[in-house]
Amino acid sequence: MTLVLNQVTKRFGKDTAVNHLSLKIPEKEMFGFLGGNGAGKTTTFRMILGLLDITEGEITWNGERINYSKSHLIGYLPEERGLYPKLTVKDQIIYLGKLRGMRKKEIVSELESWLERFKVPEYMNKRVEELSKGNQQKIQFISAVIHKPKLLILDEPFSGLDPVNVELLKHAVIDLKEQGTSIVFSSHRMEHVEELCEHLCILHKGNPVVEGSLREIKRSFGKKNLIIHADFELDFLGNESGVVRYKKVAEGCELQIENEDVSQRIFSLLQGKGFIRKFELEEPSLNDIFIEKVGASYE
Amino acid sequence: MNKFWVILSHTYLSKLKAKPFIISTIISLLFVVALANIQSIIDLFTDDEVDQIAVIDESNTLFVPLTTNVEAASNDLELVEFDGTVEEGKDAVINEEYNALLVITLNDKQLPEASYYANNISDTGDQILLEQQVQQLKVALATQYSGIDEKALMEINEPVTFQATALDETAKTEEELNQARGIVYVMLFVLYITVMSYGQLIMTDVANEKSSRVMELLVSSAPAVTHMFAKILGIALLGLTQVGSIIILGIILIKSKQDEYMGGIFEYLGFQDISPAVYVYAIIFFLLGYLVYATIAAMLGSLVSRVEDTGQMMLPLIFLIMIAFFIAMFGLEAPDSTIVKVTSFIPFFSPMIMFMRVGMLDIPTWEVMVSIGIIVLSILLFAYIGAKVYKGGVLLYGRSSSLKDFKKALALSKKDS
Repeated sequence: MTLVLNQVTKRFGKDTAVNHLSLKIPEKEMFGFLGGNGAGKTTTFRMILGLLDITEGEITWNGERINYSKSHLIGYLPEERGLYPKLTVKDQIIYLGKLRGMRKKEIVSELESWLERFKVPEYMNKRVEELSKGNQQKIQFISAVIHKPKLLILDEPFSGLDPVNVELLKHAVIDLKEQGTSIVFSSHRMEHVEELCEHLCILHKGNPVVEGSLREIKRSFGKKNLIIHADFELDFLGNESGVVRYKKVAEGCELQIENEDVSQRIFSLLQGKGFIRKFELEEPSLNDIFIEKVGASYE
Repeated sequence: MNKFWVILSHTYLSKLKAKPFIISTIISLLFVVALANIQSIIDLFTDDEVDQIAVIDESNTLFVPLTTNVEAASNDLELVEFDGTVEEGKDAVINEEYNALLVITLNDKQLPEASYYANNISDTGDQILLEQQVQQLKVALATQYSGIDEKALMEINEPVTFQATALDETAKTEEELNQARGIVYVMLFVLYITVMSYGQLIMTDVANEKSSRVMELLVSSAPAVTHMFAKILGIALLGLTQVGSIIILGIILIKSKQDEYMGGIFEYLGFQDISPAVYVYAIIFFLLGYLVYATIAAMLGSLVSRVEDTGQMMLPLIFLIMIAFFIAMFGLEAPDSTIVKVTSFIPFFSPMIMFMRVGMLDIPTWEVMVSIGIIVLSILLFAYIGAKVYKGGVLLYGRSSSLKDFKKALALSKKDS
């Protein structure tokens, strides 16, 4: 059940929303889409779901194009949240669950356990319009996962939630993955992607800028962060070759260096200068990568 | 379960259980009950009191014949001869001893003239009746004076015998035409009212899904065309439930009061013995007409992004149905005219107008079939376009609802559903 995107391009008239995107999303994995506003994340999802035509290229899931005959295997949380405001949570989920091929009885028992899990069992018979936005989002999430999909697409699932609810939802997502659901989700919150995904793709204005497994991306990025806390002046490091960025902080400095070798050199340079309280070589954060890749192409 | 049925039953049941539907149905049913008992209700409010009219007869000869005539014409009036002057009579009316005062005099040609005094002359019922009776009296006197005998007068007044017969053997008889006219009237009104109310309902429902953004979820789980048709039929069923319950109640009430109604308005509309074929056509054309307008409503509803904008979109629909209505009304008088013939093949108008032609003329079956075929095709076409626009509209949440959006939405969804 691998989801494969092969040279996918989408154009709206003259605008190219997605440009030659190729991805392989393995089964039972969590895949993260990163990108600023208008990067083409939602368009890509809509193409995967078959809601939009693909201008060029192809998308297959398990070797076939996704269509309505598979809709019971697929869960979707759209970016534009929407439920029937006048319907009760129960009626709403029953309707949407039936459309995904479930029976009423199953839906109700599943719904009960989900509401229990999200600590809101009292919402069963409330109308959606009575709920707060964050709680509506929980209901929307339930509607996307109630039929235990094999492929779950979450468009900005954590936006607009408070930290407690983000944790609740995150755990739910992780559990689903462990039960065998492949999950594709988008976010512009780097820490969520970093925490949850094995594989990711950074989109920028429709172009895939970075793609691959988190570890590989970090390794191949090459640049590392070096944090030095020392009692003496460190400013001279800013001019050292191999130092990409120098940032002075209260207790010392934070450097971005081209590779590990640079850190060796700097280490020896610092010998005998004084007391060093901290010398730490760090993997780059996704945030650094994102800013570097996306920020660079802004220039 | 099939998705089509899921959507259809959801649309139907969720609306059926909703308060507005229940309330409006109950109100309509109450209206029907009230209407069926209109005679009893009117009787309830009319006082049984007889209006007393004081009459001062200065000719001394007219009071008796006038009283006989008035009593024959109405039970609600009583004429009382008043002894006294006109001024006294007026005072009596002001004091409400009498409802009105009538002063009859003879002019120089010995013909009657009358003056009518009442506290107010806005209630013209009694006034008109008295005027007519005095007029009759005058005609009788005038003919008497000029020496025409009463038998001749009766012959003059008798209506002429004028019988219209169609020579084409298959043409409808006068009686059949009247019947057809009656049922065409009824169908025109029912269709007009249903389209107005349920078209709006479909449009708001579609727009509502767009504005609440629930549609993205829906189109990801079921094809837009399926969705569209299920919705239209769901609301159609809802409409039929309401109209049906009203009609069934109506029939029950009419049956229970058959004697009271027969020979009244029903005879005028010619409902007593209409051929079953006309009824079958009425049902077919009603359903088709409803579906044409429902699909157009759904299509227009898919163009707007907020419920508030549906009013604007209702306008073209109202225009169409009004044009159809007026053509049909015109056609009732001239069913053979070219415009009627042409419009009976245009899908917006044909449900009303083809039905009218079928009822009133002798139309070859193929013409009816062609017309039905065109309607069915255009229903499919409108629903298809509507579904495309609906789906393309996922990406369109603009404020406006112009033709440009329509094209854009279509372009975005040029693909299989």
